[in-house]
Amino acid sequence: MSASQARKKILLLFAHPSQKRSEVNLPMFELAKSLDFVTCVDLYSEYPRHHININREQQRLVDHDIVIFQFPFYWYSTPSLLKEWQDLVLEYNFAYGPDGAALHGKTFICALSAGGAEQAYRADGYNHFTVRELLQPLEQTARLTGMCYLPPFAIFSSRSTQCQRQQHLANWRKLLEALSFELINHDKVAELTTINDALPALPNLASMAV
Amino acid sequence: MTEYFLQAFIYLAAAVVAVPIAKKLGLGSVLGYLIAGVIIGPVTHIVGQETATIQHFAEFGVVMMLFLVGLELAPSMLWQMRNRLFGLGGLQVAISTGLVTGIALLFEQPWSVALAIGLIFSLSSTAIVLQTFNEKGLSNTEGGRNAFSVLLMQDIAVIPMLAFIPMLALPDLVAAAEGLQSSAEHHEQLNLVAHLPTWAYAIAILASIGGVIVLGHFLSRPLFHYVASSGLREIFVATALLLVVGIAALMSLVGLSPALGTFLAGVVLANSEFRHELESNIEPFKGLLLGLFFITVGAGINFEILANQAPVIGLLTLAIIVVKASVLWGLAVMFRIKNSNRWLFSLSLAQAGEFGFVLLSFSVQQHVIPTDVASILQLVVALSMFLTPVLFILFEHVIMPRYQADTSNQSYDDIGHSASVIIAGIGRFGQIVNRLLVANGVKTVVLDHEASQVENLRKIEIQSYFGDATRPDLLHTAGIENAKLLIVAIDNREQAIELITYVKHTYPKVKVLARAFDKGHNYELLQAGADYTVNETYFSALELGAEAMTELGFHPFEVEQKKYAFCQTEAAASNQLYQQWLGGSEGQKFDPNYRKLFMQMEENIKQAMQRDRMDKHDGAERGWTPPPKNYEKGFD
Repeated sequence: MSASQARKKILLLFAHPSQKRSEVNLPMFELAKSLDFVTCVDLYSEYPRHHININREQQRLVDHDIVIFQFPFYWYSTPSLLKEWQDLVLEYNFAYGPDGAALHGKTFICALSAGGAEQAYRADGYNHFTVRELLQPLEQTARLTGMCYLPPFAIFSSRSTQCQRQQHLANWRKLLEALSFELINHDKVAELTTINDALPALPNLASMAV
Repeated sequence: MTEYFLQAFIYLAAAVVAVPIAKKLGLGSVLGYLIAGVIIGPVTHIVGQETATIQHFAEFGVVMMLFLVGLELAPSMLWQMRNRLFGLGGLQVAISTGLVTGIALLFEQPWSVALAIGLIFSLSSTAIVLQTFNEKGLSNTEGGRNAFSVLLMQDIAVIPMLAFIPMLALPDLVAAAEGLQSSAEHHEQLNLVAHLPTWAYAIAILASIGGVIVLGHFLSRPLFHYVASSGLREIFVATALLLVVGIAALMSLVGLSPALGTFLAGVVLANSEFRHELESNIEPFKGLLLGLFFITVGAGINFEILANQAPVIGLLTLAIIVVKASVLWGLAVMFRIKNSNRWLFSLSLAQAGEFGFVLLSFSVQQHVIPTDVASILQLVVALSMFLTPVLFILFEHVIMPRYQADTSNQSYDDIGHSASVIIAGIGRFGQIVNRLLVANGVKTVVLDHEASQVENLRKIEIQSYFGDATRPDLLHTAGIENAKLLIVAIDNREQAIELITYVKHTYPKVKVLARAFDKGHNYELLQAGADYTVNETYFSALELGAEAMTELGFHPFEVEQKKYAFCQTEAAASNQLYQQWLGGSEGQKFDPNYRKLFMQMEENIKQAMQRDRMDKHDGAERGWTPPPKNYEKGFD
């Protein structure tokens, strides 16, 4: 079996309604596009009028092992089109219900950018909750649809710090590689606030890509 | 008479045979004409004696070329380019003139002759360079754009040169010429101002120039409107020629350069909505006459001199190319033109140009340069032009590959520049398309055949031009080669189809978006090759229908969904309907089979409107459907 066959296939659903202003999400998306084991979907480009093709989206989910929502954090949630996507695509008897087992066993993770500082997303910060807590609707959606939920991959102060962006892109690549090679121990990371903390411990995967 | 026919036949035949071959070999049309001239002249001696006479006539091609150069130069555009134009172009002309003058002085020429030679060799060949850029797709590179501004500056510099060179006349040559031709020359006879006192002469000149500007500005538009309203194309062509010939005649009568006059007229008319139409009418005449001019230059090449002085001529040619390329290289460094663009810029402009021939024969006429020196220099100009394709080949095959690796990463470079859109037809439909595009900073060229419509648009500052978009030459001057999109919104159904057929055939890369009147027209446009069509009434009717439903009490969000389902069902069937229509017999495209298919689609739409996914489980209505009642009993 060749290395590429062993890899898990990633579906990256990218939702960004203001890409002209994007500073970190667009580079992340471009990077992902260069990896052949990631299927990259720009939702706002495919559905500029919010008319989602449900059949196509469901087929995409069936065809992949790992689902990533990538988005800028808008009012403690996803941009509206990604919410529309959830409302329409995760149908009764597809994603849940007596015949709804299409997503069972897949892995689900959010990759988000937050404008506020990391300190703000704490019980004593002005946002009062951690990003992980604020994402609980998605965590529960994953659980109800039978997917394994991983803590979010997040960048904070995303519109004010230049220096951490290169590091973040390197981590992003590492995360995608690790997910596709199944190098992440789900039990070990289960309780983390963000998955970022687990990345330094992972081996450098550039060599494995060959 | 027979003699004229024979001569015309020989010249035309030489051009028809030689130019296409030269173009195929990548040498460009100018070289083709020169070679044709060499073949019918010094090589085979089919022509010879009449060359000088024809050359006078052919110089009118140069006059027209300057008119066209003027037309390209709207004052506002000149202002935008002023830094490159006067900095880069001006320095190029000045430094090259200085260096070449210096070299000529080393050859012990009098300073006036040396200076004239310097001026002549500072110019490059607009015709060869621009055409090669177009053919090789280099026009939009940084090197190409900068080369264009230099060429433009050179073309402008020709005007003062034409005025200045007569002042360099050598007394010896003038005396010799007067001795030879004691009888009055025909030029003198037709000069109205020769016998006037100096002050009246000055007034006559100022009045002529002022007249061209004032009449060009105020009178040309009513005139063109009047002519355009007649709808006769040949009369428009006649008017355009009349304008150029008239100005050239006026300038000759007061003893000024006809080229200067027509150039001025061109600039005055550059902002006119008739610009493109004028351009495409004059263009073929200019092309032929310029071609004739180059043929006479080729025919006039003196092989005896070439054979006798081959080493000197070869050396001079190389010296000119090296000097000019070095000057350009230095300027490229100064103006931060980098990498392969620096090479392109330096090599492409290193030759002498067609204006060199013009100025040389002008200098001889004006007794500035002795005939024997001029005939050597003419060979140098011609040889340097012959070598231009070699320089381009050097650039393409030796220099470009070295830089290719570097440039592959620069993918996001000014997209806006090449993204030009041509809109044919600016009636009620094209206008809205244009407004949306222009509001978003997209540059458009608008063409319409109705002068009053164009006039109206210009009043509200929408850039538009009068002209029949179905004419290939007009599309050409509007820049169809470099356009990304052509939007067809003209009101004549058949012409729209013809236009699309022509464009898709000749410029397959241009995407064509077209407006259709109805279903049949829509299919015809698709058949002609349109990439995207829209029925002009479809979407507005859909909006109004939706508004009616809302008015009747349907929930607005539901109406929106029904509207979308309607479009989707229709779109799903559209290709099948189109194929059915294609298969239909001529004269009855909408045959019974088509009608059957159409009614089937209508039934599908009706069903799509009534379906509920959960009731029928067929997946037609999707979106915002809640799970079934009591679904939560399945969970614990």
